[in-house]
Amino acid sequence: MADHTIHHHDEHHEIAEPQTKEIWRTFIILSVLTGIEFIIAFTVPAGRFRVAIFAGMTLIKAFYIVAEFMHLKHEVKTLIWAILLPCIFVVWLLIALLMEGGSIFMLR
Amino acid sequence: MAATATTEAPVFDKSTWMGGVEPMKASYGKLMMWFFLLSDTFTFSALLVTYGLIRFSYPAYDPAIDGAFHFSQTYWPIPEQVYNSIPFAHGLNAPLVFVGIMTFILIFSSVTMVLAVEAGHRMDRRAVETYMLWTILGGFTFLGSQAWEWGHFIHGTEEGSVIKEVVNGQWLQRTIFGANLHENQYGPPAFADLFFFITGFHGTHVFSGVVLNILIFYRSATGLYERRGHYEMVEKVGLYWHFVDLVWVFVFTFFYLV
Repeated sequence: MADHTIHHHDEHHEIAEPQTKEIWRTFIILSVLTGIEFIIAFTVPAGRFRVAIFAGMTLIKAFYIVAEFMHLKHEVKTLIWAILLPCIFVVWLLIALLMEGGSIFMLR
Repeated sequence: MAATATTEAPVFDKSTWMGGVEPMKASYGKLMMWFFLLSDTFTFSALLVTYGLIRFSYPAYDPAIDGAFHFSQTYWPIPEQVYNSIPFAHGLNAPLVFVGIMTFILIFSSVTMVLAVEAGHRMDRRAVETYMLWTILGGFTFLGSQAWEWGHFIHGTEEGSVIKEVVNGQWLQRTIFGANLHENQYGPPAFADLFFFITGFHGTHVFSGVVLNILIFYRSATGLYERRGHYEMVEKVGLYWHFVDLVWVFVFTFFYLV
């Protein structure tokens, strides 16, 4: 009964065709990158080089999530910069505290 | 000039004060969600950077000095040696497989969320409901997986780890199993503390995301957004849900892989 009324209601307006091509493309990119990360974790020896690859791939994944899923790429430029620029502080914090950690290690 | 200004007096109607003005062409709610997520970015960055700081302040595992890898209090553990179990397969060595599955669950629930947002743009109420249900299911599955992983981490392996400690001026040996905030069989206690803090804080976000998703599902299922004429709430909660996925991408790399 309830199902019938909902169905009746839906037929009142035309529903456009879904536009999901971009979504699935982004999903495939994210999955493939995660898969490659997984393979690298077991084939490339640990070290600075591997960390650099991981960091780079993570940033690419982050770009696709923020730009496509969160739609930031299609927002106004001022909004994009208002979100991205403050993140520079994170980079500063990262560099500062990693150096700090190294110096604590030397002092121990 | 003054004459024109009086004729074009700004209208301060209710919608202006209730967020009717759209700076940066985004609605008030969406803009505030973005700024909230920016502040949340700082919180999560602080946690992950702290992990980096503390990890760098401990010696790293070196095969030349320490021999074959075993859990020890003297160096930072290799995550893939710690997280190597999957449910229903006791004793099987499957490094990072379970975390990989969790990552896919979260990415996939992000996809169903963005499909719900897309359906909302087309005013397709049925599709919104379907995709919201899938997203909620994904969220619960992830939380369940995390609960299993915490349980496993807390209980530890069968062998445990032997530690030496001074009790009443004497060196004593003791075997510890699993980890809590005070002791940790896998390595320095700080490693377990950071695990609990980082994945716990993320799990809390997933939980509140699921609660919001259920609310959105309920409100679209009862036809509120159809009467309102737009599905922007789905979009705003979607932003939050994608952010949770985004954080997990970073946690996956910098906690589990590196």
